[in-house]
Amino acid sequence: MRYQRRGLDVVSHLLLAAGCGLFFLPVWLAFTASTHSMSDLYTHIAPLWIGDVGLANYARLLSEPVNGLNAGVLRLLFNSLVMATGIAVGKIVISVLAAYAIVFFRFPFRRLCFWLIFITLMLPVEVRILPTYEVVANLQMLDSYSGLILPLIASATATFLLRQFYLTIPPELVEAARIDGAGPWRFLKDILLPLSKTNLAALFVIMFIYGWNQYLWPLLITTDADYMTVVVSLKRMLTTGDALVPWQDVTATAILAMGPPVLVILILQRYFVKGLVDAEK
Amino acid sequence: MAYFQRSHFMPWLLLAPQLIIVSVFFFWPAWQAVEQAFYIEDAFGLARHFAGLSNFMAVLSDPAYYSVIWTTVVFSLSVALGAMSIALFLAVLADRVIKGGSTYKTFLIWPYAVAPAVAGVVWLFLFDPSLGLVTALLERLGIEWNHNLNGGQALLLVILASVWKQMSYNFVFFLAGLQAIPKSLLESAAIDGASPMRRFWTITFPLLSPTSFFLLVMNSIYAFFETFGTIDTVTSGGPGSATTTLVYKIYQDGFVGQNLGTSAAQSVLLMVLVGGLTFIQFRFVERRVQY
Repeated sequence: MRYQRRGLDVVSHLLLAAGCGLFFLPVWLAFTASTHSMSDLYTHIAPLWIGDVGLANYARLLSEPVNGLNAGVLRLLFNSLVMATGIAVGKIVISVLAAYAIVFFRFPFRRLCFWLIFITLMLPVEVRILPTYEVVANLQMLDSYSGLILPLIASATATFLLRQFYLTIPPELVEAARIDGAGPWRFLKDILLPLSKTNLAALFVIMFIYGWNQYLWPLLITTDADYMTVVVSLKRMLTTGDALVPWQDVTATAILAMGPPVLVILILQRYFVKGLVDAEK
Repeated sequence: MAYFQRSHFMPWLLLAPQLIIVSVFFFWPAWQAVEQAFYIEDAFGLARHFAGLSNFMAVLSDPAYYSVIWTTVVFSLSVALGAMSIALFLAVLADRVIKGGSTYKTFLIWPYAVAPAVAGVVWLFLFDPSLGLVTALLERLGIEWNHNLNGGQALLLVILASVWKQMSYNFVFFLAGLQAIPKSLLESAAIDGASPMRRFWTITFPLLSPTSFFLLVMNSIYAFFETFGTIDTVTSGGPGSATTTLVYKIYQDGFVGQNLGTSAAQSVLLMVLVGGLTFIQFRFVERRVQY
């Protein structure tokens, strides 16, 4: 475009680079701190460059029990992975089926079912946290993976997105499949699912990040390290009473906790942007 | 439209998993929250009696509740406006540079994946009173920083961490919105002699207003709910109640204070509030579709 000015381009690049740098800086400083020893950290101000005990710090943290918990961070990371994957996969499976029923079938009370499911969009788990806790306690699901996963699946974001996508499928496709003798299962398996591959990938990225980053719910229902997630453990590590905060451990755990979701977003960036913008209701 | 009509049993089979989970983990608890709000229960859950509206009265007549509402409003608006203006600024720049636009996008969207609690920890470290880098810089400027004692500073710190995390979400939407604006509009304005500033305020900005409104609602919801992790790790609602938001108070009263009735009444009030916000958003989106 000729009307754009050269000088402004240079300024734009400079400002964008500065913006990227500023947003990265806090994470960089957390990373450098995680590679120093505690005494180093408390004798100088936060170091700008990588120290020499990084590998030792991370190795100890991953394997040995951390402050107040009877497990290493590796176990916490595993719990987070189970929870995030469970939420992403569970949500996608039930949503694929429910959206399929709502869009491609006609049956009594269809509209009622539609509203029952979509009203859940309005109230996040944080609002109904106490009664949900009681329900989960009654079902004996405290300190378990199913207790971590199931209540967070009870929302319709994924169903809503898939419904929007299914509505764009031309009716001729259904007609043709029926004429060729395909039943509803066949249509779902051989036509609909292959068509929604990119949508499902986008949903997976968003739901995985959502699941990994949960805080309040896992905080309430996990009391021991066997099921605690890495994001929740940070607060435990910060609460030291009168003792100094072991910042090298806390920053290292923070780096480890942001690693998997950030990698997912960077590797699947294309799907993520699509999924996010499509989710605009 | 073609449907599968002959099978009457199958749609219910397909819907069953979602309906069961939604009933057990959504409708049942939501109903209990509403019910609990009308009862007074002793701390051990052994006895309870119907209390009518007295839980609501207790909440609404408590001056502390209004200061929490005020904190929530200040916090949410600061987070929404802060995260949106930075994102809009960067998105406009990324939209106008033709080379490297997608590289910048990669370098700007990753904070979305950082958990609110983790974002809180990272910023807490920068502002740590004894070894934080920013604290040291501020001290050189003659500003004494201690968010454990100073309520205003504590609020500022959770706002900064929340803005940092939320910016990338807004950036993605603003960039998509900007790229959807026909370039011919901007070109013809340029030919007519409109300066870049003028083009932005008279063409780009009005055309972005649906995106901005949508983001305002989404950012408020984020500030209401998702920032719980940030607040809990950074300040635990303190000092005093300087960083206690509505959701944080529900948690404090219900889980820490074991005051089930008033906590449930607050939940119901918040449900109504968020329901209203969502309703406004749906209304707005419908209007935009016609337009």
